[in-house]
Amino acid sequence: MFSGVMMNTWTAATIVAVIAGMTGFFAVLRGETFAAHAIPNGAFAGAAGAALLGINVIWGLAVFAVGGALGIGALGRKARHDVVTALTLVLMLGLGALFVSVNSQYAQQTYSLLFGEVFGVSRGEVLPIAGLGLAALAAIGLAFRPLMITSALPEVADARGVSTRKTGLYFLIVMALATSMTVPVVGALLMFSLMIGPAAAARSVTARPGAALALSIAIALASVWLSIALSYRTNWPLGFFVGITGAAFYLLGQAARAFERHRAS
Amino acid sequence: MHYLFEPGLLASGPVRTAFLIGAIVAITSGVIGVFTVTRGQSFAGHSLADIATTGGAGAFLVGLNQFWGFLAAGVAAAGLMEAIGVQRRRGRDVATGVVLGAALGAAALFLYLGTLRTATTGASFTILFGSIFVISPDTVPALVASGVVAVLAVAVLARVLLLTSLSPDLARARGVNVRLVGAVYLMALAVSVSLAAVAIGAVLSTALLIGPAATALRLTKSPLRAMATSAIIGLAVTWLGTVLAYDSYYWPPHGHGWPVSFFVVALVLIGYLLTYTRKPRRLAPRSPHEGAECSPA
Repeated sequence: MFSGVMMNTWTAATIVAVIAGMTGFFAVLRGETFAAHAIPNGAFAGAAGAALLGINVIWGLAVFAVGGALGIGALGRKARHDVVTALTLVLMLGLGALFVSVNSQYAQQTYSLLFGEVFGVSRGEVLPIAGLGLAALAAIGLAFRPLMITSALPEVADARGVSTRKTGLYFLIVMALATSMTVPVVGALLMFSLMIGPAAAARSVTARPGAALALSIAIALASVWLSIALSYRTNWPLGFFVGITGAAFYLLGQAARAFERHRAS
Repeated sequence: MHYLFEPGLLASGPVRTAFLIGAIVAITSGVIGVFTVTRGQSFAGHSLADIATTGGAGAFLVGLNQFWGFLAAGVAAAGLMEAIGVQRRRGRDVATGVVLGAALGAAALFLYLGTLRTATTGASFTILFGSIFVISPDTVPALVASGVVAVLAVAVLARVLLLTSLSPDLARARGVNVRLVGAVYLMALAVSVSLAAVAIGAVLSTALLIGPAATALRLTKSPLRAMATSAIIGLAVTWLGTVLAYDSYYWPPHGHGWPVSFFVVALVLIGYLLTYTRKPRRLAPRSPHEGAECSPA
């Protein structure tokens, strides 16, 4: 289970779990769950478009991720946020359908873009992921205070001169880039499961933001490690175990909270 | 006219079925979508489509009729979301996300087990995008029936639903069971969305649920007029999109057409963006922080 090839998987999955636990925490805190689903999911169209043009898929993913984030962030201020997110998502997927129909060879790759190929990660792929993880950590770390303030207490943020709008857009772009670039490795759907379940579980256990962030990353790590081990043993897809463990941790968190409340009263 | 309607369009059987099913789905989604947009449940609407397709994959695996798989998964997911959902909007989105995450995991398993049995490499693609041209006419009666049930449920509840959507507190004060109304509505949404997902794919299902309704709600504030406008817009974009997709067989690159979903999504977006050219009628200026969490329901 810890042979040479598998070590790449463990390393890549660990980095991805840290990215997901961190960005997921803020996504849940800020009520950006839908955007967290829409952007990596829609960015797959960018990969299909890049394949059509014959350039590296990373560029397609980056363009569509940033475009999606800007679309949601800019239009979302004028109209209902969830409506704009839904329309941005269907636009990206509609374009994806067009690209795939023109270059039909790409249809076969859809499965791996949605569900990932964590067990096929090569050493060459681990390094860019590590770089991306560090960049995401730095980007979130740099804006940690404004992010926390605008997420938890928007009114206080305004009084202190922190722009809620700019911080929101900044976070959307960071989340979009961090989650979309990992799509070829972990898949769009797995990334989403890993972002929401652990963060929601952490938030239901503790209300303190710092502790919840740490717990969110810890649960994401536990979830992904457990899933790799189970997937390795059973040969069933990793995405299945990540989805199930994420939901299970959330239920555990809810149960723990209910128990606390029961004891307190 | 000859340029828009290529010869032989209406003589083709699959095209006629596509028109019929497109109309049913567009009208159902248009009517129900008005409440989805008003209640801010776009995420749930989209997730139910994704989850329903998971059910379709599961039904395919055990050899059941796909439509019942779609419907069962959609309704079960709606029940789960309602059961763990908190009444606050953010909590509701998180509940939706958790259910969606688990369902996507199941989808990964079903697709994996499916590909073990049969060599269907393009299965995940078809499940995402569907194809309006390959629906078998046998499923039409079931599609019509579930569409009618969903629209009827919403029509009967329309007044109460509107009240609970706009002002839950007022509704509660009048003795309305807000939770129950929300649950019934979510079930109707699940039926409508599964119907749309099985007929036209998850992408178009979301496009037709949200796009026409959001456009209509920007044009009129009256709920009845919004429902009618939304259904008409949905019908128009679906039919026009189908015609364009049919025509595109004669466009470059030769030999195969452009997908229906692309045309419908493009038309939906053009319609929505056109409403921005109108000056919005607004009584009070909006506060700068009106975003996802603090806009009135």
